[in-house]
Parts: sequence; structure tokens; C-alpha cells
Amino acid sequence: MLYVAIATRAFRRYSTYRAATLAGIFTNSVFGIIYSFAYLALWEASPDAGGYDATDAVTYVWLGQALLMTIALWGGGSTDDLAERIRTGDIAIDLYRPVGLLGWYLASDLGRATYHLLTRGLAPTVIGAVLFDIRLPASPAAALGFALALPLAVVVSFAIRFLVASSAFWLLDQSGLKVMSGAFAIFFSGMMLPLVLFPGVLGVVARALPWAAYVQVPADVWLGKRVGLDLLAALGFQAVWAVVLLGCCQLVLRAATRKVVVQGG
Amino acid sequence: MAETLHHARRYTDIAWLWIRAAWAYPASFIMLAVGNGLITGLDFVGLWIMFVHLDDLAGFSLHEVAFLYGASSLGLGIADTLIGSVERIGTYVRTGRLDQMMTKPVPLLVQVCADQFTLRRLGRITQATLVFGWAAAYVDWTPLRVLLAVSMVISGAAVFFGLFVGFSCIQFWTTDATEFANAFTYGGATVTQYPLAIFPREVMVALTFVIPVAFVNWYPALFILGRDDPFGLPSWVQFASPLAAVATVAVSLLVWRAGVRHYSSTGS
Repeated sequence: MLYVAIATRAFRRYSTYRAATLAGIFTNSVFGIIYSFAYLALWEASPDAGGYDATDAVTYVWLGQALLMTIALWGGGSTDDLAERIRTGDIAIDLYRPVGLLGWYLASDLGRATYHLLTRGLAPTVIGAVLFDIRLPASPAAALGFALALPLAVVVSFAIRFLVASSAFWLLDQSGLKVMSGAFAIFFSGMMLPLVLFPGVLGVVARALPWAAYVQVPADVWLGKRVGLDLLAALGFQAVWAVVLLGCCQLVLRAATRKVVVQGG
Repeated sequence: MAETLHHARRYTDIAWLWIRAAWAYPASFIMLAVGNGLITGLDFVGLWIMFVHLDDLAGFSLHEVAFLYGASSLGLGIADTLIGSVERIGTYVRTGRLDQMMTKPVPLLVQVCADQFTLRRLGRITQATLVFGWAAAYVDWTPLRVLLAVSMVISGAAVFFGLFVGFSCIQFWTTDATEFANAFTYGGATVTQYPLAIFPREVMVALTFVIPVAFVNWYPALFILGRDDPFGLPSWVQFASPLAAVATVAVSLLVWRAGVRHYSSTGS
């Protein structure tokens, strides 16, 4: 119940900034339009590239724009607070709270993600559907699968962002690693270009890395590219990365609290 | 002229201060530079992967698209390095730092642009130069084309300067709508990565007459690459980039003035 309370407050915190949300929706939509035309040109020249047709590709663009903020692809979310609190030394207060640090920040990030999904996820999708021909979930199973894939995507992304923020325990400043990690996330999540288009070994590697859980896997589930057992495999892929990465977070946190002298202390 | 030079000196003074400050966290500084190069580098890998599935994009080959990409990325990189900090003006308003700046004997715009100056953005310029250089090797150069290429890069940077400054001024009126500007600045950069021919005519008109990013690379590149305009605009448009740049900068400076006039302190 405590975690629900944390998540609710994170949700409310983000919902304060209405103008920011509107501006963000506008920007997501502009990028969605640009990429839609780019993909339409690509798929016109190569109608079944990556096993997608043009409608799949345009749907993929708008799913990507909807997920961009929900999974905090660029970084940010509750982990930015964490990094800042490590830098200022306020982390000491978090550490003697009778609640696990990881759970606290995860709950807060899930609250944020819910807000971003309902605003910056939903609104651009509606705009995309009005302007372009986009696909709804292929089947009830695909819709249900997508509903499960979404929180898993957020958790995987949270775990990576948490690891990046934890680097502040040693480096004091996360911004360098954050930019680098963001660059990898944009490329390997399939946000820049669907991973199904990546050729050869690059494609195999990209589809096995945790970032694939961000956009490519949820989008494939939505589009009905993963059905039956393969759908379970897709969700399993996300779940395995989520568990492994959260485990890493726990280990890093333990190492950090044992070794690191808190700033100002 | 002497005044402009004087402002430029103040600008470099402040910028130098920030370069030294960034070195306080060397590991982070290096990763920021590498990360910025990486973002733009992977951006281009994305284009290259598109061409694994294509012979041409709307009639433009990989070299030609790389030329467009390099030119626009170079323009954006130069503008972003010199004045990218102007995006943060909302933060200055909110924290009251703008009031502090106003009391100092250096023009506000110079201070805001130089504030938190960071060399890490050189990552983008380096990457853009590499792509541009590679693509330029396939161009059939003539003296006129060289001249136009130089004017293209300078005008491109100036257009992005105008967009950054102009749209950042929104923050004088509302402090949390920063992202709105991204649609035009980074959106403009993204749009110009592709041949304009992939977009419908209405988009072309908007990008020529409303948000003139088509002048950043598209029109001059058509001439340099020896291509006909797929939309059939008169050929003098291909030489009009400097005009578009002057107009954009002029409008942005007017908006800046209006913004500063409208600004009344946060009051706290």
C-alpha cells in the first residue's frame, strides 16, 4: 500500500505541469508526422522491409512516440531525483528510511510512467490515428499482451536508468553516463529505426539486448507479430531482463552503501 | 562593429569560464562529449541501415542523403554549440538568475547564450563534418558550388540560431513549455535529414515560408548536387538561403526584445 501511495504522489507531481504536457504532446506529434513520412517513403520503395507493411511501419512510429516518455527513453524520471540526491548527499535520508530504496524509486517511476502513458502516450496516438492509417491491436490476445509488455518495458528501462544514476555514488555526476546510455537506448530500442530492419549480426545482437524490451517488443506484440508461444517468449524476454537488471541494481546499491562516504558527511 | 567585437570577447570570456568548470568532473565531461558524438553517429547509422533496404529514398542516393544530413547537422551543431544554452532561459526566469544577469554590463542575450557553454557539443560537429566530407567527395565541384556550400553552412547555422532564440522566448511567457521549441529546432533538424521530396507539397510550403528550414540544406544542395527541384520552385530559390537566414535571425531578435520587455521578475 505504501508503494501505491508513492506512485500516486509521483503521478500527481507530474500532472501539475499542464503546459509542459501540452507542449510535449505537440512535439511528439510533430516527430511522429516526420517519421511517418520517412517510413512511408522507405516502405514504398521496399514494401515488405523487415516483415512489416507500410501500415505496420506507421503504427510503429506512433507507438514509439507514445512510449518515448512512458519509458523515459532519454533518461529522467525518478532516477534523476536519485542522482541529484546522491550528489547533494540527501541520499543519506533515503537510506535510513524503513523502506527499500529500490522499491521506493521504482514505485515513484511507475506513477510517473502511468501519467505519461495517459497523456503523452494516448494523445499523440489519437493524432496519429486521425492523420494516418494506423493499426489497432491485432487481437484481444495482442491487446492483453501489450498491456503486460508496457509495465515490463518501464521496469527494464527503470533498472537501466537506476544503474546509470547509481554511478553518481562514484562519479558524483551522472550526466555523462546518462547521455551515453540515452544514445544507446534510442538506437537499440528501435526508436530510431525498427530493429527488424537491422541487418545480419547487428540485428541479432540488437534484438537480444535489454533495450529491445523498450519499444521493439511491445510494438511487435501490438502488431500481432508475436502470437501464441512466441508471445509468451516475448514477455519472458522482457521479464528475464527486468529481473536480471533489478538484481544488478540491488548489488550496486549494496556495494555503494558499503563503500561510499556520503557527500557532506 | 567594435561593439560586436567587444560582445564577442565577453562571450568567449564566459564560455572559457564554463569550459574550466566542466573539467571539475573530467570523467563526466569526456562521457558527455563521447555520448553526444554517439547520438549523432548512431543517427547516421540509422540512415545507413535504411539504405540496406533501399536503392534510393525518393530518388536520392545514400551519398546525396548523406550530403543533406551532413549539411543540416553541421548547421545545427554550430548553432547549438554557440547558443544552445538559450534553451534554458525558463530555468533562469524561474530561479531569478535572469535578474542577476540583467544587472551585469554585458548584453543579456550574450550572457544567456554563453552560460553553461560546453565543448561537449563538438561531438556533433565532428561527426557532421565527417559525414559531410564523405558525401562531398562524390560531388562534382565547381567554384560556384563551393561558394554556395560555404554560404549553405553559414546560413544553416544562422537559421538554427534564429529558431533556437526565437522559440526559446516562449519561456518568457510560460516557463514550463520548453519542449514546444524542440518541435521546431530539433524537429527542423530531423526533417532536413531527409530529402524534402518525401513530404507532401503542404509540408514543403510550410518548411519554406513558415519555418524556413528547407533553406538550411535542401535548396542549396539541389544546386550543388545538380538536381531539379521536384516541387518545381524557381531556381533562384536555391541561392536564397542567406536571405532566409537574415530574415529568421531578424525575426528572432525582435521576438527576443519583445520577450525581455514582457519579462517581469518572478517576484519572489
